[in-house]
Amino acid sequence: MSDWAYSDVVPWWPYVFILLGGWLPTDVWRYIGVVSASRIDETGEAATIARTIATSLVAAVIAQLVFYPSGALADIPTWVRVVALCIGFAAYQLSRRKILAGIFAAEIVIGIWALAPGLG
Amino acid sequence: MTMHLSDRPERSDLGWILLGMKGILSPPALILTTAFFGFAGLCREAGISWQEAAFMTAAVWALPAKIILLGAITAGTSLPAAAFAVALSSLRMMPMVVALMPELRGPKTRVPTLLFLSHFVAITAWVFAMERMEDVPRDKRTLYFGGFAVTLTALNTVLVAIVFNLMGQLPALATGALAFLTPVYFFNSLYGSARDVTGRLALFCGMAALPPAHWLSPGYELLVAGIGGGLVAYLGGRILKVRRGGG
Repeated sequence: MSDWAYSDVVPWWPYVFILLGGWLPTDVWRYIGVVSASRIDETGEAATIARTIATSLVAAVIAQLVFYPSGALADIPTWVRVVALCIGFAAYQLSRRKILAGIFAAEIVIGIWALAPGLG
Repeated sequence: MTMHLSDRPERSDLGWILLGMKGILSPPALILTTAFFGFAGLCREAGISWQEAAFMTAAVWALPAKIILLGAITAGTSLPAAAFAVALSSLRMMPMVVALMPELRGPKTRVPTLLFLSHFVAITAWVFAMERMEDVPRDKRTLYFGGFAVTLTALNTVLVAIVFNLMGQLPALATGALAFLTPVYFFNSLYGSARDVTGRLALFCGMAALPPAHWLSPGYELLVAGIGGGLVAYLGGRILKVRRGGG
């Protein structure tokens, strides 16, 4: 799509992409945290905005996986993916917030769709 | 007269490292391992190699940063935009590390040791450490934390490599079902860890903003939806708080 996008035409480029696009922008915050440990107010407004945008970014990735997936995820119809996420969330809430219960319930929805003939 | 771990000074350095390593059997570590099964599936879907998937696991470690990086790879985002999105997501590492440092630091701990250990800080290791540090003698804390966190990263790196390759034998549907672990895991854990209404709003706004962003700016949809949804959620949260505060 653009010149500096990921591609595996050159064998070392994926690793440079991962280092510069993933390792550097993550570890730099960890190092800043170590060096400035006594000088940061975690409850300030700036920290709240940062945390909100970070949450929203991961939420956008969740939506990408649910609404516009690629590969084998795309073989599962959109309505099954949406229902699986909803059931997974409901099971998480009903189980008093057990992550594994939510995951299990969502996978069961996909399993039922896969095994039931004539669905989707 | 309770018996604390710290009442047993005879435990050797190696003993503390081993005790930390045993922590990979704790519930948060096991849940994270489940999420890495899903991550391996997602890497396969994104079309990267198993070496790249394992390298990414060890080099980045924070799972949200990795799935944003994978999302950028799938969408064909340019490197600066991908790095910017990852930097926004990893900003949360800084306050986490800041909160951990007073717990981790001993009287003789050197800064290079702390910088090294900070690489292994992500949500799971942080929660684990904040819960258990007070039972560990101060001069053994870096050993204990290192034993846990380094083992957790190494184990999941190997796991991603193995699961990625095993999935070649699975039917496409099973790979898809495995990859679907990731959105369910993150949706639930983000909802659960949200401190207030703003965090939950951010979750819904970020998801709702993705379809229009996908249509408006293909290649940059994650950044646009993340920043746009985040700002809307922040303002929404403020308005709600003001209304409640004003009665």
